Amino acid sequence: MVEDEGIRRYVAHAILWIGIAIVAFPVYIAIVASTQDNALIANGQMSLLPGGHFFEVYYQTIFVGTSGSTREPVGNMMLNSLVMALAIAIGKIAISIISAYAIVYFRFPFRMAIFWIIFITLMLPVEVRIYPTYKIVADLHMLDSYAGLSLPLIASATATLLFRQFFMTVPDELLEASRIDGAGPLRFFWDTLLPLSRTNMAALFVILFILGWNQYLWPLLITTRDDMQTIQVGIRKMITTTDALTEWPIVMATAVLAMLPPVFVVVAMQKLFVRGLVETEK
Amino acid sequence: MQKQAIFQSKLLPYALVAPQLAIVLIFFYWPALQAVIQSFLLQDAFGLSSTFVWFENYIELFKDPAYFEAIVRTFFFSFAIAVSSLSFALLLAVMADKPLRGSMLYRTLLIWPYAVAPPVVGVLWIFMLHPSLGVLSRYLRGMGVDWNPLLDGDQAAALIILAAAWKQISYNFLFFLAGLQAIPKSVFEAAAIDGARPMRRFWTVTFPLLSPTIFFLLVVNIVYAFFDTFGIIDTMTRGGPGTSTVTLVYKVYSDGLLGGNLGSSAAQSVILMVMVIVLTGIQFRFVERKVTY
Repeated sequence: MVEDEGIRRYVAHAILWIGIAIVAFPVYIAIVASTQDNALIANGQMSLLPGGHFFEVYYQTIFVGTSGSTREPVGNMMLNSLVMALAIAIGKIAISIISAYAIVYFRFPFRMAIFWIIFITLMLPVEVRIYPTYKIVADLHMLDSYAGLSLPLIASATATLLFRQFFMTVPDELLEASRIDGAGPLRFFWDTLLPLSRTNMAALFVILFILGWNQYLWPLLITTRDDMQTIQVGIRKMITTTDALTEWPIVMATAVLAMLPPVFVVVAMQKLFVRGLVETEK
Repeated sequence: MQKQAIFQSKLLPYALVAPQLAIVLIFFYWPALQAVIQSFLLQDAFGLSSTFVWFENYIELFKDPAYFEAIVRTFFFSFAIAVSSLSFALLLAVMADKPLRGSMLYRTLLIWPYAVAPPVVGVLWIFMLHPSLGVLSRYLRGMGVDWNPLLDGDQAAALIILAAAWKQISYNFLFFLAGLQAIPKSVFEAAAIDGARPMRRFWTVTFPLLSPTIFFLLVVNIVYAFFDTFGIIDTMTRGGPGTSTVTLVYKVYSDGLLGGNLGSSAAQSVILMVMVIVLTGIQFRFVERKVTY
């Protein structure tokens, strides 16, 4: 900056590190707790340094689950979460990109009406219509199924808007050119538009995967079978029992495992993540 | 704005919008309509028949002090979460905006909590501040605080606000940083040449120029506090002790599920829908303004 800011810079570094410490502390505690003995934790004697039970705790968490009667290996929960997150992310992108394509590149009766019908769903988050949606999913026999977990969360006005906006910026010459080459609408979509949309799709995928993986209320309502639980629902059920019976190292290991995939995505694909977040603006 | 170069086809565009339209109609409009219809009906105790009761469900709701409390509580939570998370994130963003060595690393280390799911946030924080075994509770008790969020409603509320604000720091930080980086550096230099001290520069130059970002984030944070805190509340306090952490969304959930009062739950859903529409409307007006800003 303008003045000599030697000291100010040190202050900035210090504040940032304090911020990072505050942000990271709960997760550090979770990692530490997941390597310790349950009896120690239950007594309030937990150490702030990692213990020696890392392998046995994580082995039990992933392959066996808690010692309770309705135990379910967390590995299976992660698989359910993964299937749901992928179905939501890929499904949303697929149906949004083709409907945006229709709305931008065709003129047909009710075009704007359809656009608005999709657009308004932006205002109806699943939380405000849970029970009626639950009833429909139940009537369609989709409780405890991957379809029931993902379909109601798939329609996305945001993605449609995003692709629409992007298609509007694609120069008309491209369409003229491919038309001269004799390409029809599907060919143009597949050979020209899709490759151009790759970065947008990737950025959107990153955001949608995280949102999908982190879904909670919906899976909580529609999964009753333990083997269909997602990890977010599973972790809540682990602390249902009264305090004394909660196996904290396993709960904390589950928390760490629940954080791992989305945090990895954010850190490894930071550029795409930031782009996706800013572009969807929510 | 319309494209000039388009395709001609009668059926193809309908085939392309059909999947999304089908999902939207089945899983959005139909349930939303059901919620509206149900909110005008009163079911008998066995759920066998229902009578049309006009606005009775709504009137009952607004006569119910518990509902009124939930509204006030939800707004209080929203503002407390938004203000604490926004101010902390702004401080960090202003620091990270300086030309520091390792600023990319700082950004990476500050944005990842965005990816932590609300129920996990709840689990992390209740574990740290659990009355009997929490790591931080020891220190609180050491300082003479009678800490027990499982029994004390105010402490439970504080815990929810703390955890929810913690999760939202990274989102706010990212948008503040983007907002700060969009301000031309020459503006600061001009202010500095005019002799404005850093603190003064912040309040008279940076803060006003950031106001669109702040307003946008305020709306997003309120929407977040309305809906995404459900997972945090459900894992930490289940709305308790008593009803001291029951928010509007949590009440829709618990009244419908536990109470089985579907008419009231539906009426609450409709009221929430109206609130979301208003909030989204505000957000869109703002987005439009930002374009011309």
